[in-house]
Amino acid sequence: MASLKELKNRIASVKATQKITKAMQMVAAAKLRRAQDAAEAARPYATRMAEVIGNLATGFAGRDDAPALLGGTGKSQVHLLVVATAERGLCGGFNASIVRLAREHIRKLLAEGKTVKILTVGKKGADSLRRDYGNLIIDRVELRGVKSIGFDNAADVAAKVMALFAKGEFDVCTLFYSRFRSVIAQIPTAKQLIPAKIEATATPATSGTALYDYEPGEAEILEDLLPRAVAVQVFTALLENAASEQGARMSAMDNATRNAGDMINRLSLEYNRSRQAQITKELIEIISGAEAL
Amino acid sequence: MAAPFKFELVSPERLLLSAEVTQVDLPGTEGDFGVLAGHAPFVATLRPGIATVTKSGGEVVKIFVRGGLADVSPAGLTVLAEKAIPVSEMKADQIAAEIAVAETAVANAIGESARQAAALKLAQLKDLVGSLKAA
Repeated sequence: MASLKELKNRIASVKATQKITKAMQMVAAAKLRRAQDAAEAARPYATRMAEVIGNLATGFAGRDDAPALLGGTGKSQVHLLVVATAERGLCGGFNASIVRLAREHIRKLLAEGKTVKILTVGKKGADSLRRDYGNLIIDRVELRGVKSIGFDNAADVAAKVMALFAKGEFDVCTLFYSRFRSVIAQIPTAKQLIPAKIEATATPATSGTALYDYEPGEAEILEDLLPRAVAVQVFTALLENAASEQGARMSAMDNATRNAGDMINRLSLEYNRSRQAQITKELIEIISGAEAL
Repeated sequence: MAAPFKFELVSPERLLLSAEVTQVDLPGTEGDFGVLAGHAPFVATLRPGIATVTKSGGEVVKIFVRGGLADVSPAGLTVLAEKAIPVSEMKADQIAAEIAVAETAVANAIGESARQAAALKLAQLKDLVGSLKAA
């Protein structure tokens, strides 16, 4: 049985931990709000962009002269995986679940005899992928010190991807991130960036039926837009990731606070028991001493 | 007075402006163009420049836009800009930063056509600075 002094120290230390986790939870809650607002604010641009590209791309469907970003290189030998994770830990299974999904993909692709290249965004993903697939990581982007993700951060990542694509370093690019469903549910997601997957937009009322004029030509516009669309998709993913991270951290810290509370209760009970046991023991000693006289 | 129509200016980070306007003048890649209500459906890329927006009330707003796309549809006009800053809030160092970004883009561009495109953007930006100073 631990001594009284030891127990007292334990209780004090768990209490201190609880204070920290509580504070982290509140910070995460505040950051989550901001991250959600940012993700919300970015949505109009992404949807409009998808609409315009959808309109343009349907005209190119199945044509040979479609831009490479849309039609792909015609091969699927070399895969580039962009794995976006957080910069920091202490957010439950957030980083682990993204990395796990990426790892499954890597294993599958390698088993099929494909070549895999990895570009990591965020420190945590790089750290845990380095152990198994360190030789596959070709580049890493760290967002350390970035307070709130701006479009320029995403544009940097997209520029790296585009530069690799221009050099013919890969055929297919897939982005891994975590979609924010709610505070308790973040869904690790894989999204194909290149060749672009066009979601059929059902907007006949606004634009689908109208005959559009294009300036310069359709092909030029599409060529200008597609790289930007990649950046927008990366940006959306990073924002979702940021919201997911804070959501995951919030629930993880909530759990930790509750666990610390349970632990304090258990330790206090033990402390009080042994204190009483000691008092009883001392009383018995005194009484038996008096009786002996 | 001209009929109003719906105008939205969106940047990746947020919806900057959503208003009823009577006229919008935009810097297209192949020349400036104006949009009034009932314009034919039209999609155009933009060069870095100043967009002039005349709101229904007659108020005129000038906004710097970089790298974008204008989409005129029967429903209204949408401008997707990579960056948009109201001219009244623009500072000299922001313009300098824009030029620095363009210069690194020129330096990092891979392939001749990409380099030319980046160089063109830089030239357009420098033009813009000249006209802003003159104004």
